[in-house]
Amino acid sequence: MATDTTRVQIEEIAPFEAAEEINGGDVVLIDTREPHEYQEAHLEGGKLVPPGLLADEIATAAPDKSARTILYCRSGNRSAIAAAHLQGLGYENVASMSGGILEWQEQGLPVVAAHGMTPEQRERYSRHTLLPEVGVDGQVKLLNAKVLLLGAGGLGAPTALYLAAAGVGTIGLVDDDVVDASNLQRQVIHNTERIGLPKTESARIFIEGLNPDVKVVEHNGRLDASNILDVIKDYDIVVDGADNFPTRYLLNDASVRLRKPVVSASILGFDGQISTFVPYEGPCYRCLYPTPPPAELAPSCSANGVLGVMAGTMGTLQANEVIKLILGKGNPLVGRLLLYEALGTSFTELKVRRDPECPICGEHAEEIPESEMGRFPDYDAFCAGAGGDRQTLAS
Amino acid sequence: MATVRIPPVLRPKTGGQPEVEAGGADVGEVLRSLTGEFPDTEAQLFGEDGELNRYVNVYLNDEDVRVLQGLETAVKDGDTVVILPAMAGGAA
Repeated sequence: MATDTTRVQIEEIAPFEAAEEINGGDVVLIDTREPHEYQEAHLEGGKLVPPGLLADEIATAAPDKSARTILYCRSGNRSAIAAAHLQGLGYENVASMSGGILEWQEQGLPVVAAHGMTPEQRERYSRHTLLPEVGVDGQVKLLNAKVLLLGAGGLGAPTALYLAAAGVGTIGLVDDDVVDASNLQRQVIHNTERIGLPKTESARIFIEGLNPDVKVVEHNGRLDASNILDVIKDYDIVVDGADNFPTRYLLNDASVRLRKPVVSASILGFDGQISTFVPYEGPCYRCLYPTPPPAELAPSCSANGVLGVMAGTMGTLQANEVIKLILGKGNPLVGRLLLYEALGTSFTELKVRRDPECPICGEHAEEIPESEMGRFPDYDAFCAGAGGDRQTLAS
Repeated sequence: MATVRIPPVLRPKTGGQPEVEAGGADVGEVLRSLTGEFPDTEAQLFGEDGELNRYVNVYLNDEDVRVLQGLETAVKDGDTVVILPAMAGGAA
């Protein structure tokens, strides 16, 4: 069927025809409505180009003028006008979907809706959903994501705050410590009133006050070889803010076995390091640090001191990595180690390569049979005398 | 001359300096020139066999010298040598 719109013949196709083409692939799908309509519900893969921004944004959304390009709007009028406009711009194979998303939904075809997103959530996350890199789809991913934070202290506090504010639906917290006055210079998720409470509980209270969408799972204890697989298996991403080497190596080895990405940071004094380890896509922690340093090269923050805001800087960088991994957007720090030096306000990026000889993820790393999955080496012995003496998280 | 970046844990051994200028044609010579000037850094960087300690990562600019030519990696004027031990500070 063809319609005369602004004296140009355009092709119109019914929703079921559009659905067939979309499922067949190689279609550029353009949503010609306004952002608030798009947020409510849109077709999967539909790129938002509001009518008023067509001339400016179409080249980005649909760079190939010869590609099959299908436009839709609410009921089919705006997309027909936009289709005529695109033909005028030289697009060769444009169609407008008749009846728009209303007809599409009427026929029972699927949409990406703000389903699960209440009016309150749409309001709360509106600054996210306005971003093309997040959108409703991305926000729903965040709401469905499960992230485990190892440590609810210096790094864990700011990471948890921003992940909770971002609407990460499940946040697990592992910590066996209680809130101490000396924590409050940097552990901003706790407060003076909650001194003496378990850190996991204190953090949960704060998060629940910040965002009722977030379910907090308290793991009030410490990770060891006997429980680590059970604790991390249900999470999508683990954030490592542990303060001792045995735990860092244990987490690395377990996360490689279960193929869980780990966002790992550490801080000391005015210095911070961060990297993202995605098993088998990039290096693991052992590729970077095959052996832990001796005690004199590995002081703790309690012995050495740490600038409080360093925890915020590195913790929010961790949150940024987590959010990008959940969204599948951007370029996470895989194979890159970012160093931050706060006195000089300088960042340095170093390359980290997969080590073919890595005993955990290298070419010769042994396949671990199911029966051995829960068995780990003795990390305390591995790190003994090497600065890895097991400190409590309160150290 | 190359610039050697000193990690916080080694700064007490370099008089607190975060960066030290050191000469040498390759990474080994640059580090030897550092340990010559600040002898207390030697035991942290090198083992008894004269090799770099395994727990110390050394980068020439942004690349790990392990994937280059190790201590024999050539150093140009203005290059940066980064000494990097693992850190574990975080939760506490």
